[in-house]
Formats: sequence, C-alpha cells, structure tokens
Amino acid sequence: MGDYVRQMPHQGSQDLARRPSAAMRFHIDIPLLVLLLILTAYGLLVLYSASGRDMGAVIRQGRYFLVAYAIMICGAQISLRRYMRWAPWLYLLGVGTLVAVMFFGVGAKGAQRWLSIGGFRFQPSEIMKLVVPMAVAWYLAERTLPPRFVFVIASLALVGLPAALILQQPDLGTALLIAASGLFVLFMAGIGWRYIFGAVLLAVASAWPAWIFVLKDYQKQRILTMLDPESDKLGAGWNIIQSKTAIGSGGWQGKGWLQGTQSRLDFLPESHTDFIIAVLAEEHGLRGVLLLVSLYLLILLRGFWIGVRAQSSYGRMMAGSLTLTFFVYVFVNMGMVAGLLPVVGVPLPLVSAGGTSIVTLMAGFGILMAISTEKRMVSQ
Amino acid sequence: MPELIALKDPHRESRVYSARTVIAIAIVLGLLAVIFSRYYSLQVTEYEIYKTQSERNRVQLQPLPPKRGLIYDRNGVLLADNRPSYILSVVRERVADLDDTLAELAALVPISEADLDNFQKKLQRRRPYEAVPLRFRLTEKERARLAVNRYRLPGVVVEAQLLRHYPHGELFSHALGYVGRINEREAFELDESDYRGTFHVGKVGVEKFYEDILHGEVGYQNVESNAHGRVLRVLERFAPVPGVDLTLHLDIRIQRAAVEALGDRRGAVVAIDPRTGGVLALVSTPGFDTNLFVNGISSADYSALRDSLDVPLFNRAIQGQYPPGSTVKPMMGMAGLESGLVTPETSVPDPGWYKLPGDSRRYRDWILRIRGTGHAPRVALKMAIAESCDVYFYDLARRLTIDRMHDYMQPYGFGRRTGVDTTNERPGVLPSTRWKREAMAQAWYPGETLSAGIGQGYMLATPMQLAVATSVMASKGQRKTPRLLKAVNGEPVAAPLLEPLIADDSNWASVYDGMREVVHGERGTAKKLAKGIQYEMGGKTGTAQVIGIAQNAVYNEDEVAERHRHHGLFIAFAPLEAPTIAVAIIVENGGGSSAASPIARKVIDTWLLGEAS
Repeated sequence: MGDYVRQMPHQGSQDLARRPSAAMRFHIDIPLLVLLLILTAYGLLVLYSASGRDMGAVIRQGRYFLVAYAIMICGAQISLRRYMRWAPWLYLLGVGTLVAVMFFGVGAKGAQRWLSIGGFRFQPSEIMKLVVPMAVAWYLAERTLPPRFVFVIASLALVGLPAALILQQPDLGTALLIAASGLFVLFMAGIGWRYIFGAVLLAVASAWPAWIFVLKDYQKQRILTMLDPESDKLGAGWNIIQSKTAIGSGGWQGKGWLQGTQSRLDFLPESHTDFIIAVLAEEHGLRGVLLLVSLYLLILLRGFWIGVRAQSSYGRMMAGSLTLTFFVYVFVNMGMVAGLLPVVGVPLPLVSAGGTSIVTLMAGFGILMAISTEKRMVSQ
Repeated sequence: MPELIALKDPHRESRVYSARTVIAIAIVLGLLAVIFSRYYSLQVTEYEIYKTQSERNRVQLQPLPPKRGLIYDRNGVLLADNRPSYILSVVRERVADLDDTLAELAALVPISEADLDNFQKKLQRRRPYEAVPLRFRLTEKERARLAVNRYRLPGVVVEAQLLRHYPHGELFSHALGYVGRINEREAFELDESDYRGTFHVGKVGVEKFYEDILHGEVGYQNVESNAHGRVLRVLERFAPVPGVDLTLHLDIRIQRAAVEALGDRRGAVVAIDPRTGGVLALVSTPGFDTNLFVNGISSADYSALRDSLDVPLFNRAIQGQYPPGSTVKPMMGMAGLESGLVTPETSVPDPGWYKLPGDSRRYRDWILRIRGTGHAPRVALKMAIAESCDVYFYDLARRLTIDRMHDYMQPYGFGRRTGVDTTNERPGVLPSTRWKREAMAQAWYPGETLSAGIGQGYMLATPMQLAVATSVMASKGQRKTPRLLKAVNGEPVAAPLLEPLIADDSNWASVYDGMREVVHGERGTAKKLAKGIQYEMGGKTGTAQVIGIAQNAVYNEDEVAERHRHHGLFIAFAPLEAPTIAVAIIVENGGGSSAASPIARKVIDTWLLGEAS
C-alpha cells in the first residue's frame, strides 16, 4: 500500500503518505471527475438554450447524468482483472444479442437496432462500443506485444464480426466507431507500422469500390452534400448550411447565452442533439468553442496519462482505446457540424441530449477510473 | 524479430505503449487543430458572411401596403371603400417542394387554373422570401381548414388584406371604374417598390386616373420570423401613408335618377354644373357590377359581359361617339349670329327642303314627312331652334362654310377630348376640309356642309362633349375642363379654366330664347317637358340616324328593327336665368328625341328640386 502511495504524482502526497486517500479508496480519479463535472455543467447550460429554454429537457438530461455518474462510479469499483475475466463472456453475449437483433430486433426508419425485452428497449450495438475493445485487449493482453501476425488477424476477426453485424442493421456510424475502438487497441498494442500503412493503403484503395458497392444512396448523398451543401439548399444541404451559419455568425464573442437566433428561431435542425455544438458556437462564440475543446483535450490527456501510468497491458490498451474512441466522437461530431465531414449520427460527447451515449461514455470513464486506481493490485 | 521473443516483456511493452501514446497525442492535437482552424475560419475569417446570412434568415423586410383612399360623392355617400379579405399566400423560400405544397393546398381549398397561372407569374418576380398570393377571398371554412393543416404546410400563410368594395357597384360602374389585380403588363409599368404588398391597381375610370394619389405610399417593417415563416416580433416599423380620400362632384341622387330614367335602354347621361365644371352624373347603361372585377372576374362572367350585344363594358358617356344631330343647332345659331351672317330677325323660306344652287338634290327637312310642308313660309332663328328647322341651318351652314363652322364649334369642345378626369375618353369628330383631307384623303363636297349644319354626316360627339358644349352655352362662354374630382382629403379642387368663348350678350339671349321655346313654346320639339315644370329650362332635341335613308324613302319607326332605330338625343340646362346644371342625354335606338328628353327633366328635377320630385 505504502508502495503505491509513494508513487503518487501529487505534491500533497506526502500528507497522505500514511493511508490511501478517500478518492483512492473509492477508485475515483479526481482530475478526470472534475473535468467531467465541468463539461457536464457546461453541456447542461448549452442544452437549456438549445432546447428552447426547456427546463424539462435539462432535467431529463440531468437524470441521465445521475444514472451515468452512478454507473461510472460503480464501474470504477470493479477490478480490472474482473473486467478482463468478463471480457470474452461479454463479447459472446454481445454478439449473441446482435444476432438476436437481426431476427427479433425492432427499429425505426428502416434500421433494426433495438432489442425489446419486457418493455425495456436497449441497443446492443451501444454496449459493444465497450465490449469490443475489452475483448480485443483481453485477447492481446495474454500475448507478447507487439502482437504477431496471427494474433493481429484474430483480433481483426474479433472486431470485424460485431462490426459487420451492426453494419447490416444498417448503422454505418456505430459500426465504424466500434471498428475504430477495436483497432485502437491494436494500435496501442504496438502493431507494426507495415500493418498500419497497409490498412491505410487498403482503405484508400477500397474507397472507390466501397462507393459503388457498399454505400447506400442516402450515404452517398450525405457525402455529396458535405462537399456542396448549396446543391440542395432546402433538402439535404439545409442542416449543414444552417449549422455553418449558426457557427459563423457567433464570431469570437458569440451572441450570448439564449440569444442564438439560428436555434431559437428553428433554423438549426437537431439543435439540441447532434448539432448542439452549433448552438454553443453561435451563443458563446469561438471563445466557447475554445473552452469546450480545451475541456475535451484535458480529458483526453488525462486518459492518455492514465494509460501510460497503467501497470498492466490490458489496462493500457483499454485506456488508450477508450480515450481515442472518445476523441473520435469529438472529432466526428465537431467536424460534421462544421461541414468538414459527412453527417453521421454521432453526438457531441456528454453535451448532446440523449441518454444512451452518455451512459456508454460514462461507463467507459468508469473503466478508465478503475484502470487509474487499480494498478497497485495488478502490480502485486 | 518478434517471433523469437516468447516471453512477455513488461518494460518493452510499456516503452512501445508510451511511444504509441505520443503518436496518438500528436494525431489528436493535429486533428483538433484542424477542427479548431475550421471553427476559426467560420467564426473569424468568414464571420461577416455568416453574420449577414443569419440576419437574413431572421429578419425579414415586410412591405406594409397603404390603405387605398376612399371615394365619396358630393353628399358624402361612400362610393368606394376597403373591406378586409383573406388571402392565401406562399413563401417560396420556406417551401421544400412547391408542387407538393400546391397539390396539398388544392386538396384543402379550391384553386383555379387562373389562380395558378397568376401565382406562377408573380412567383417569377417576387423575391423568394416574399409571400406570393395564390387564392383571394378565402371563406371562413377555407380559413379554418388551412389553420388546422398549418403545421404540415411550412411557408403557407393566410393574411388579411383590405380589398376594394363598391357599395353601389352597378350604379357607378362607368363613373368610377374599378381596381383589379395587377397584371403582368402593369407589373412592369408600375414602380415595383411602391406596389410591394399591393395586389390591386386602378384599371379604368377615376380609380385609374387618380391611381397615384389613391394608392398612398408603401410602408415597411422589419420582422423577426422563425424558420417556418411565423412572425415573432416587429423590430422596426415605417408606417405606410394612406392614399387620399377623394370627394367627387357626382351626386348619387342624380346618378340614380338618370339610371332609373334610362331603365333597361342603352344610353348615356352626363350632367355638369356649368358654374364649376363638376360632373354631377356620368351614366352609361347597361352598367355592370364593378365588384366582379376586383379579384379577377370569372371567365364566364367576363365573357357574358364582353359578348353581350349591349356592350355593358363600353362607356357610352365618354367612349360612345354619336352624330349629335340637331343638338348642335343652338351652337350653330351662335355661330351665325357671331359671324354676322344672320340676325335674330333674319329669316329663310322653308318649303320643307333645301337645294344647293346648281344641284337638283333636295335636302329634306324632317318635318316634310309629317306635314308635307315646311315649318312656316319663312323661318327665323328662334323658331328654327324651337322647332328644329333643318332648312334654316342648311342655309346657314352653306353661307358659313364648313371651315368657319369648325372654328365656331371648336370652343364648345367638339372634335377633341374634353380632358375629363377619367380614362378612355374619345375625341369625336368635328369635320373640316383639312380634317377630311387628312383623315380620308378626299376633298370636301358642298352637300356635306349641309349635313354638318344639322349635326349629321361626319360629325361625331360623345355625350360628355355634348354636356360640355351645353355647359359652355349655359355659362355664356365660360369654358372649363370637366372634373369628377371635387375635393382631395376635404380640400376643394377647382376645375382647370380654359380660355372663355367671348360672344355678345344679346346673341346668347337670342339662342336662349330659342332653347327656352323648345321646352316652353307652343310648338317646341320638347314641349311635353313643360308640363308641371317649376323652373325654366333651355333645351334642344336631336335625332341621330343609325342607318342611311334613301333619298325619297320614309323612315317608319315601327318597321325598322330595334337596333336600326334612330338614337334620341337631348341637351338641356336650367334654370334658364342662372343655370346650375347642363345635361346631355342619348338613348340608343330610342327612335327619336322623345326617348331622351324626359330623362333630362327627371335629372334636372332631382338636382333643382331634390329627390321628392
């Protein structure tokens, strides 16, 4: 125990030398928690405006956060070893439910994404965002790293199976996100650059066939719209034109909280969900964007730090993957709203309204906290 | 060679991991920089562009159409007012699929082909954020249906608008004219900025003549509206300036008396107050309900009006050009006296016909077929006017010659537009040798002078011109441009004065004598009018031939088809000593002047004695 405490990076760690801090005992990573709380508060503030001063929406979101924080704290109490032990079973269970979705799933807008059990609906693909990296990390953790070719292939299979099942729902965004979370594990495990460059080359080379054979018309339309929103001003281009207008008209200063005309006057669609960053940018200006990006960056850096400090390769790989996946959310959402990327259904993490992504993300942070506070036990 | 290392090497793994973390952080920072630079370029570099675009989204400049000026008669009776009416409009910018929306709307309210045509034409010219009207005059039920479906019809608006209404539509149809929807040609002619938000414009008559002052000035407001086009608040407002209210000289009592007296006959009545030049009545029958035109007349209604044999759309009072017949005789008499060719005592022999020297053709007097002889062995001016003796005026015309006749008649307003303040007036014809040369490229024949002397032949006059001539006569040479407009916003407007006709007082008296005798004389051609009359009136009857009658044929009213009967004319002014009204009346195919003269009595009675008569 004392061993561990001496390793604490804090200045004040000398005072705590005798016994572990409360934060330690409850497996809470204080800097991460503080950053998340600031982000949550900022997000709720923006949501109040984005939802048209709907206090109900803020309370609903607040409840999601309460649940999510509870899950995070509970998740942090579970030992990393247990996560590792659970990983293959969770993976099998997850793939099983994805198969079940294929046959018994319910959905909307032509996509089958939900399972309904006893009136409770849930989206198995969402859980897979955590389970897939857990499974890949579990698989690689037992092997020498960087992984050998066969293990890479096996890992890719672990990633590919659920990704393919989700792709056919169809839910391209989630499939890509899950694939990415698995691949991030491989990347952090240190696979050779030849694999990485090979994969990049393959991706570039397959872009054209993918355009022809894989992408559906509406997906192609989204890409075309991103490239030239003016081509369909009132249709597909409307969202992106209005979100760019909202962002641009915010300027450096912003129009002020609750003063964003684009969202208040309904010009901005999905203003409280996927496009909420546009409201933030409109009302709080580039200053507000800078603040948000800074918060995200600090969370990311904390995540990376936790990974570097982790004592087991399992913890390292999980921390790296969770952190990078979180970054993908930020990058894809901010990029699509600003017209840099095609519009896919990726929320702005911890700010967009909606309970599912909040719960998944916070559960991920729970695992991160478990990693950050459990290295002692792993190192024994 | 990784294959050789079978054991886990935590330190190496940790090293590799740290290296990968560094790379990952570098990539994250790089991509965040890309994102941030994108936001920077949107929010700083292109700030002005998006700022403008967001303002344009939010703020809309809405035209506030002015209230059209009201029109009153001289008694303050409202002749044209504005009533609220509901319009269905579409804002193109807010509509995703215009065809779909139009189809949905057509399912909710009836929309005709003409409505759609009009809409499509307007759509070309209006800005995308402006409301383009699709249907006018929504009923209560239609409005309710639209309100219920409003949520699924973004960009569809129902607006209230003031619409012209004519409480006495048919009575004043030709006197007032009407407004109608702005058509394509007008849209190009009108100043677009003045007419933004206005859908109607004066088409004919007073409504058109005074369009610029009736219309008013358009106002504007900046409104904040949401993406669905709903106006949330007014940011700034520049009120429109309403059009001015017009008071006309027209008198609804006289107008009504004239219309009632004409009954179902085709004809026209124009009454002028010679003291002011104000037009007291301007009637052309049949009329039509001008309200039909305000919002686009249905094609059935329109073809009925257009194809009617009675041409109700034709304003006989100012467009109808008729041979004035004997109604020119008082003016001819003045010409004879003023030229010195005759004195009141000068008489000519009257066998019932007249012959030009060296010409065997007999120019018959109308009395010949009734009595077989002339009016009297010798006829002087008074009797010539009273009994409408043609022979006297044949002789006078011959001696005067056509060109001098033209010069003496011109001051009465013949041969050119009177300039009355309404539209579509026609000039009539006052013949002269020059006129015939220019209009017909022919020489003037002496016989034509005789026809001209009794108002036949080439001479044509509108009832308005006859009323003006009568007014000049009644005011002893005072000439004014006839005016319908009496006052603007309560401020009186004077009729433009023209150079007066200077003539000897005794000459006026001599002609008045004759005109008095027409009504009050034993043998006056309108002596029936004198029965029970409470004032003295000067008048003159006239008959205009519709078809030519062969040299020796006799015109028999009963045998001639109704549409070939002579037009009956009558001019009059009263009271004789100080005239306050001058009237001209024509009854188409009335058979003779007796169809017209009783109308004059009713009109003048109404003016002088009030409605009681």
